Parts: sequence; structure tokens; C-alpha cells
Amino acid sequence: MVLLEVSNLKTYFYTLRGIVKAVDGVSLTLDRGQTLGIVGESGCGKSTLAWSIMGLVPPPGRIAGGSIKIDGDDITKMREGDVRSKIRWKKVSMIFQGAMNALNPVYKVADQIAEPLLYSGAPRDEAYARVAELLEMVGLDPKIGERYPHELSGGQKQRVVIAMALIMEPDLVIADEPTTALDVVVQAQILNLMKELQRKKRRSIIIISHDLGVVSELAEKIAVMYAGKIVEYGTAEQIFNNPMHPYTQALIRAIPRLTGPVTKLEYIPGSPPDLRSPPPGCRFAPRCSKVMDICRSEEPVLEELEKDHFVACWLYRR
Amino acid sequence: MVQMGEDTLLAVKDLKVWFSLKRGLLDSLRGKPQLYVHAVDGISFDVKKKETFCLVGESGCGKTTTGKAILRLVPITGGNAYFKPKPEILEELEKEGVEPIDNGIVDLASIPPNKFKPLRRDLQIVYQDPFGSLNPRYRVRDTLEEALIVHGIGETREERENIIATVLEKVKMTPVEDFIDRYPHQLSGGQRQRVAIARALILNPSLIVADEPVSMLDVSIRAEILELFNILQEDLGVSFIFITHDLAVARYVCHRIAVMYLGKIVELGDAREVIANPLHPYTKALVAAIPDPKPENRLVVREVPIIGEVPNAIFIPPGCRFHPRCIYYNKQPTPKLKQKCPAEEPPFKEVEPGRHTACWMYD
Ligand SMILES: Nc1ncnc2c1ncn2[C@@H]1O[C@H](COP(=O)(O)OP(=O)(O)OP(=O)(O)O)[C@@H](O)[C@H]1O
Ligand SMILES: Nc1ncnc2c1ncn2[C@@H]1O[C@H](COP(=O)(O)OP(=O)(O)O)[C@@H](O)[C@H]1O
Ligand code: SF4
Ligand code: SF4
Ligand SMILES: [Mg+2]
Ligand SMILES: [Mg+2]
Repeated sequence: MVLLEVSNLKTYFYTLRGIVKAVDGVSLTLDRGQTLGIVGESGCGKSTLAWSIMGLVPPPGRIAGGSIKIDGDDITKMREGDVRSKIRWKKVSMIFQGAMNALNPVYKVADQIAEPLLYSGAPRDEAYARVAELLEMVGLDPKIGERYPHELSGGQKQRVVIAMALIMEPDLVIADEPTTALDVVVQAQILNLMKELQRKKRRSIIIISHDLGVVSELAEKIAVMYAGKIVEYGTAEQIFNNPMHPYTQALIRAIPRLTGPVTKLEYIPGSPPDLRSPPPGCRFAPRCSKVMDICRSEEPVLEELEKDHFVACWLYRR
Repeated sequence: MVQMGEDTLLAVKDLKVWFSLKRGLLDSLRGKPQLYVHAVDGISFDVKKKETFCLVGESGCGKTTTGKAILRLVPITGGNAYFKPKPEILEELEKEGVEPIDNGIVDLASIPPNKFKPLRRDLQIVYQDPFGSLNPRYRVRDTLEEALIVHGIGETREERENIIATVLEKVKMTPVEDFIDRYPHQLSGGQRQRVAIARALILNPSLIVADEPVSMLDVSIRAEILELFNILQEDLGVSFIFITHDLAVARYVCHRIAVMYLGKIVELGDAREVIANPLHPYTKALVAAIPDPKPENRLVVREVPIIGEVPNAIFIPPGCRFHPRCIYYNKQPTPKLKQKCPAEEPPFKEVEPGRHTACWMYD
């Protein structure tokens, strides 16, 4: 059953120095209970896509086109008041990138987690009982609710942030780089916690990371973004075992591995384009080792090359 | 007499860096004891000529402090760091009145701060943050020339210009004319890190401490910089202390690695062997925690054989400092471990040729 359907989404930042086309024609669907991974280099538009789904694009950004349907409701057409009362935190919630460092230092942890519940009119004791339950579920002693953020370790803070995202029991949780600031041991613990959410609670998750290893821990489906667009989209098996887009292929070859032979790492020359003036045609063309003439003038579209496996690249045109 | 092999460049012996914790006047009046952060708590290792030696471990275990101590950027509490400077550096040191303690060897830990300057040429550091480590108002040329001027290298502008061009070629910023007049904001993250590396290389040092030089870079660019380290290593024969929290990265650039935990080295050996076959329980946990990108990972829970989180570096657990988190001690320990682990610090020993570890299981 489809929970989220994003079609041809365009989210632009209207800055004084030009229009940053951070998300530029992205389409994807997510079924209930499914986990989608979004990978791509810094600045390719991952967070912007997530903010769009939350209906929280920061100014000077706004949604410039397309639709985002959550359970059939197109939030781009809804009034802010309705999104707030019906969708945000209730159906979709988000663990913001860097959120653990943005916890309010003057409020106790339990008060911060309980806030949206209290705001929606739940009685105090019920709300705090729920907070205690959640803290336990994310692997913390409920007594931690009495502490202030600075009294917690990085891993504990991240667990609190996850609890905050779960308090309204949303169907979809978007986790934007949830482990980036953490050490590997704590990262593994947090990822295990998210696996539990997946299994026991059948929640849908969108996991955003620049680290393909982290994404492989959770995602059944993976979307690879480059310069504001999805360039490849498929099952985790397809993306890792049979990547077809030259960017995905290069990205996977560039990762240092912990096992197997130590071969020379490959890298992608150059850097991603400025999103105010992306190159015409395929945005990856200036860095692509397989570039052809057509790539520099015409834009390839996502095509389904095998079942569930979409690629936007002229190499495969039929 | 200092024991130092022919091919050894640096020998660190029982190095300690403790930071005293600030306490109020009242605390001292009340006679509360002074507390210390045991950032580096007695470590020994050596770095060979033309070697890339890695320090790995989680944040706060003392990697950066170790690197900074060797460059005397933090005060050293105890221990020694024996180093063989280049002959011309040694000469300059002697002019300043610093006598080598032994045939070309100096102790970096005991040279007076005001006499350290010649060594700053021979010991360089590259920082983690390619954004913060360059002056935004300096062009590439200015950043590099400054290092030359400070150390009085290159008589004329042209001479310095030539040195700058050569080093930019070494870090593959070519054509040089395209980059030399750019400001940091006109460079990508990878290019900025190249400039930082060029700045370290330009003085032709014997040893470069590279502190997490690729952590803030995207994967595609990270590989490029790692390859650059490998090339420089082979071509220039400079030694590196490469600091990283990423074991997979260590495997690609390092010859040997030392794994640190709470200010101590718990395991040391050939990089690939340590990762393929870790001996110390902490190293085993670190290796198990790393998600290798494979789609089948999502189907299993990643068991990480470790308990809880890192304690603070102020109150170091007695005995083996890892014992509160060690599953070998906490789950069905042998009588020996039960007695030793919480009571006595395990010695750091060679347990297989070239493999050192500090754990009672191997004693
Ligand atoms: N508030 C803003 N104003 C103007 N431009 C912005 C703003 N926020 C983001 N952008 C731009 O939009 C593009 C996409 O940014 P976004 O934060 O979505 O990237 P990301 O993929 O999440 O990157 P990272 O991996 O670094 O988190 C970038 O070019 C960025 O500079
Ligand atoms: N200047 C300082 N004053 C007090 N404590 C410090 C200072 N620098 C580092 N520390 C502490 O020393 C320990 C080791 O830090 P560091 O060497 O930076 O670790 P790493 O580089 O491995 O992350 C940490 O507990 C850190 O908080
Ligand atoms: S469309 Fe052309 S430039 Fe773009 S990825 Fe495919 S081959 Fe490369
Ligand atoms: S000495 Fe004991 S507690 Fe320490 S790592 Fe070895 S077995 Fe574990
Ligand atoms: Mg982001
Ligand atoms: Mg550090």
C-alpha cells in the first residue's frame, strides 16, 4: 500500500545570487512498512527533499512544482494549518540532521519529548507515561527524562531525538544522517534500534546518508541523488550488486572496504555542479568517464530498465 | 643511550598528556583534589622512516592529543618522544644550544619551547577541517608563501614562486596557474585539503601528522585524497602519523596501526592483519561495528560485542581500563580474568611477531 508518493517535485531556494534548484524533478513512492535509503554527496538535495516532505522548507526556499501525497493527501496543496494539525509529526516525522546538538539546553529531556503530545491536548500523566515508555524503547533508562541535554552522551542524545520523532506514532519517520556525528560503536547501536522500529513497529523509514554502508544497514530500496535529481533508483540488491548509472558505479568503487583485496581506490574527478547553474543535459556529464555527445545537450530521464530498477542515463537509451 | 633502530624516525616512550580540570577557588580551599583528563595516559610506539603509521579509535581516545604532543602544541606531562631530525635541522638546533642526546637523536618532549622552532620545519600537521584551516583572505599563493617566509626559505620571490609551483604539482593542483591565485571559497573541499597538504609538504618535513584529513570530505573526493597520500608517501618518502576513526580508511593508507582506547594503545600491528584478525576485545568490537556496504546487512542485527558507552577520561577504571565494557570479562570470565582484569593493568606485550596487545587473555 502506497504511503508516500512524490511526483516531479521541485524545491528551489530563491537567493539573492540566483535560484538554487536543490530538488529538481524528483519522483518516488514508498509503501507502508518499507524503508527507503537516499544517498548522494553533500549538497545534492537530500535534506531539502526531506524538508519538503515535512512541509518545512526553510526560506528563501519553497516548493516550485510537483506534488507530495501522504496517504493520498497532497500536502503541497494543503493549508499550513491543516498540515500542522493532520500530517506533520502525526503521519510523518523527522530526525533532523544535527538535531542532537540542537536540543533545547534549558528544558529537561522528558519535557522536550512530551511537548507535541501536550500541545495536542493529551493529559499530563498520560503524556509522561508515554515518554517513559518511549525512552525505554529507545534503550534509555526512563530516569534520563529528568536530565538536561548537556548531561547526556552523544549516543544518548541521539536516542532522545529518535524518541521525539516517535512520540506521535507517525507512519513514516525520516532520518536525516542520524549517525553521522557518532562513533562507529554507537552508530551500530543506533542502527540496531532503527532496525527494531522497522521490524516490530512496521514503520516506514526514509534513511538519508552520504554513507552507503549506513544505508545498507536499513534500506530495501535506494535512491541515488546527484545535483538535485534521482539518477538511479532500485532495490538495495540492484544498487549494490548491479549499479548501472556511472555515478553510482563510481561511488561504490570509491568506498574503502574493510574486507577483500586492497585495490587502488577510484575517485570521481571534479566536484558536483553549482545548483544555480547546472550544466545542460546530464548533470553528471562534466565528471562522467562515459560521457557522449548527447549527454551534454539533452537530459536523460529515469527509465525502468529491469523490474523496479530505474536509471537516468543515455548509455541505456532504447 | 637511546635504543632506536636504524630505520626508526620517531620513538615515543610512555608519553602522557594530562589536562588539569578547572576548579573554583572554593574547591581548592576545601581541599578537593585536583582532577585530570587523562587524554594520553602512557603510550609507546615508533614510526619508521617512510612509514604511514595510523592512530585509530573513537572520539576522545586521545589521537589528536598524541599528534599535538609530538608537535609540542600541548604541554607534555611525561614520557619521551625521540626523533631524528634532518641534518640541517640538527645543525640549527645545535646553534640554538640544543645538543642531541645521542647520535643525531633529540627528545621532542624535553626541548625548551623557545628552541623548538627549527623542528617546526621538520614536523608538520594537516588538520581535519579543510574549511577552517585556511585563511579565507589568503590566496593559495599567500598561504604557501607564508610558510616559506616564516622559515626563511627561498631568497627571492621567484625562488619562492618556483617552490610553490613544484609543491602544487606534487599535490596535483595543475595547471598551477589555474589555482595559485584562488581564495579558499573558490576551491572545492578536496582542493582545499590539497592546499593544506601542500602547505605541510612545502617545508620538506620528515614527519607529517595528518589529523582526520579526509573525515569531512565526501566519499568521491575522499578516495582522491587517500590516493594522494599513498602517492606522496611512495614518491617523497616522508613519514606520516595518520589519525582516523575509520578502520577502512586505515586499511588503505597505513602500514601499521595502533588502536587507542581511553588514552592507551590497546593493540598495535600490521594494519591489514589487525583488521582481518583483531586480538584485543576492543578492536574486535570496533571491527564488528563497521557497516560494510552490502545489501544483506539489513537482514541481520549487527552484533557488536561491547557493553555500554565510553566512560569519561577523568575517572579511569582501575585494572584494565576496558573491563567495564569487555564481554570476555563480564560474561563467564576465566578465574584468571576475574581476578586480574579489574585489579591490574595488563602489560602491553608482543604476543605474535609484530603484534602487540594489552590484554590478560594473551599474557
Ligand atoms: N536555506 C538555504 N538557502 C539557500 N540555499 C540552500 C539552503 N539550504 C540548502 N541550500 C542549498 O540547496 C542545495 C541542497 O542542500 P541540502 O542541504 O538539501 O543538501 P544535502 O544533500 O542534504 O547535503 P548534506 O549531505 O551536506 O547534508 C545545496 O546547494 C545548498 O547549498
Ligand atoms: N585542551 C584540552 N583541555 C582539556 N581536555 C582536553 C583538551 N584537549 C583534549 N581534551 C580531552 O582529552 C581527551 C582526548 O581528546 P583528543 O585527543 O582530542 O581525542 P581524539 O582526537 O581521539 O578524538 C578527551 O577527553 C578530550 O575531551
Ligand atoms: S547520461 Fe551520459 S554523462 Fe550522464 S551518466 Fe550517462 S553516460 Fe554519463
Ligand atoms: S584485560 Fe580483561 S577486561 Fe581487559 S580487554 Fe582483556 S579480557 Fe577484557
Ligand atoms: Mg543534509
Ligand atoms: Mg581528534
